[in-house]
Amino acid sequence: MGTRRQFYKELEKTILSVFLFVMAIIILFPLLLTVTNSFMSEQEITDSYSMVAVKDQVPEKNSFAGKYADVKLIPSMVTIKQYYYVLIKETQFLIKFWNSVFLAAPIILGQLLVASMAAYAFSKQKFIFRDKLFFAYIIIMMMPFQVTLVPNYIMVGKLGLMGNYLSIILPGIFSTFGVFLMRQFMMYIPDAYIESAKVDGANQFRIFCSIILPMSKTGLAALAILVFIDNWNMVEQPLVFLQDVNKHPLSIYLSSINEGERGIAFAASTIYMLPMLLVFLYGENYLVQGIQLSGLKG
Amino acid sequence: MPKPKNITPVLFLAPSIVGFSIFYFIPFVGGLYYSFVDSPVGGSFVGLKNYIELLKNPVFLRAGYNTLTFTAVSVPLNILLSLGLALLLNRDIYRKNLLRTAFIVPLVVPVASVVLVWQILFDINGSINSLISSLGFSPIDWMKTDYARLVVIIVYLWKNIGYNMVLFLASLQNIPREYYEVADIDGAGSWRKFTNITLVYLTPAAFFIFVMSIINSFKVFRETYLISGAYPQNSIYMLQHYMNNMFSSLDYQKLTSAAFIMAVFIYMLVLIVFNLERKIGSTIGG
Repeated sequence: MGTRRQFYKELEKTILSVFLFVMAIIILFPLLLTVTNSFMSEQEITDSYSMVAVKDQVPEKNSFAGKYADVKLIPSMVTIKQYYYVLIKETQFLIKFWNSVFLAAPIILGQLLVASMAAYAFSKQKFIFRDKLFFAYIIIMMMPFQVTLVPNYIMVGKLGLMGNYLSIILPGIFSTFGVFLMRQFMMYIPDAYIESAKVDGANQFRIFCSIILPMSKTGLAALAILVFIDNWNMVEQPLVFLQDVNKHPLSIYLSSINEGERGIAFAASTIYMLPMLLVFLYGENYLVQGIQLSGLKG
Repeated sequence: MPKPKNITPVLFLAPSIVGFSIFYFIPFVGGLYYSFVDSPVGGSFVGLKNYIELLKNPVFLRAGYNTLTFTAVSVPLNILLSLGLALLLNRDIYRKNLLRTAFIVPLVVPVASVVLVWQILFDINGSINSLISSLGFSPIDWMKTDYARLVVIIVYLWKNIGYNMVLFLASLQNIPREYYEVADIDGAGSWRKFTNITLVYLTPAAFFIFVMSIINSFKVFRETYLISGAYPQNSIYMLQHYMNNMFSSLDYQKLTSAAFIMAVFIYMLVLIVFNLERKIGSTIGG
């Protein structure tokens, strides 16, 4: 009897696992396709996908080309020529890549600093209007881009920052999400640590630097990853604030490729997701904890 | 007034409050002014005229309707699918961590990196049509008909299921095992255990996930813009497309009016959801 039940249990486990594996492969398929196709020659890419329209290209009605684009996972001949174009020959891509870095990096660093300080005040100190102020932060956090971009835009115009990276970096640094997430994290730091440091005569800045920050490492890492994901991916702000196409980040550049550049675009897309994937491999647990923190109620 | 001893919170908060006020709070409140005048410079008070005009504007209504229907369909789908996935991943399976990772990966992949793939799959000459026609059905012009809405929903789900799945998994793991053991002793079936224990204890998390999913659903503009540009098919013309046009024509009155209509809408929604949560929370005592 026991072995039979065990058999069914094992069978169920196997079926379930296989099902989830198939699902996982479907989910990962777009990544696989992008990476493998980046090692194809432009000729092979053109042969496979030239009948597919690129963005903004208006095709004639019912423009069926008589042939479908079949996805191809394995290159007939592996070449790194596209990477040579992207990394060495074509400067456009590298410029856009660094644009993305120059936009995301200051936002991450700035938000970590500003948010951890504010979160310390919100979680561990008492002052008037604390809860009302935090409520205002939450409300702004919940507003979609379409709403918050408008006040950003008004102020950026008044400050004369239009077209400048600061028009995106400054609102990014002061985004209220970081304050919310770090407060969630710091709520769990026991007050006893702070009390005993006070007894030892430490002032608030010492407590913040030598107790709160070291104990918040996980939270800071989680926030850094979440902010990195969001800003490496930015689309809305550059479209509104940066008229100069040369200043655009990679995200927008990749969507405006022309016919005949698709091969390069695959290589560019792969390089573009690489930093994200590396950070993910290294910090998956931080990311998961960050997401979990964002779902906790304080 | 705070006592001198209590000045430290101010110092810690100062950078954040200054930035928050400059870039969010002050222009947000100041923006109200623009929504009630007829011109940003030296305009005169026109009452609710801007709002009324906006609510009569067919393009705004179209964008609002598209955004609303997209959210109304994709958010429940997202919650159902991510809950289902979390329930499966929470069971006894092989390579649990590896599988979980696979479903989170899309979250970190930049939208622009996979745009090429979506274009190849959903073009009229694309791979999905290749599959459809080889099965003997007639191909579909995905991006140039109302099917575009379906494509955007698929692309949104692909990217966003992972986030909710992580949240559901965390709350599933927080349900004490003893509850299920007690239910086993009482002879409860698996369906009863699911509805009476699992669902009940997931409810608080589900409310938060619901609100966050709605807010994240407004970000789908990224996908729509990157796949089909500033002027997509009619059914996927979103509020952000409309707002971008207002930004480029510097129409402050319409911009601020639209922002306030949306803000009030989201605020009411959040308020309703959290009040509902409080009511349900008090009846299950959780």
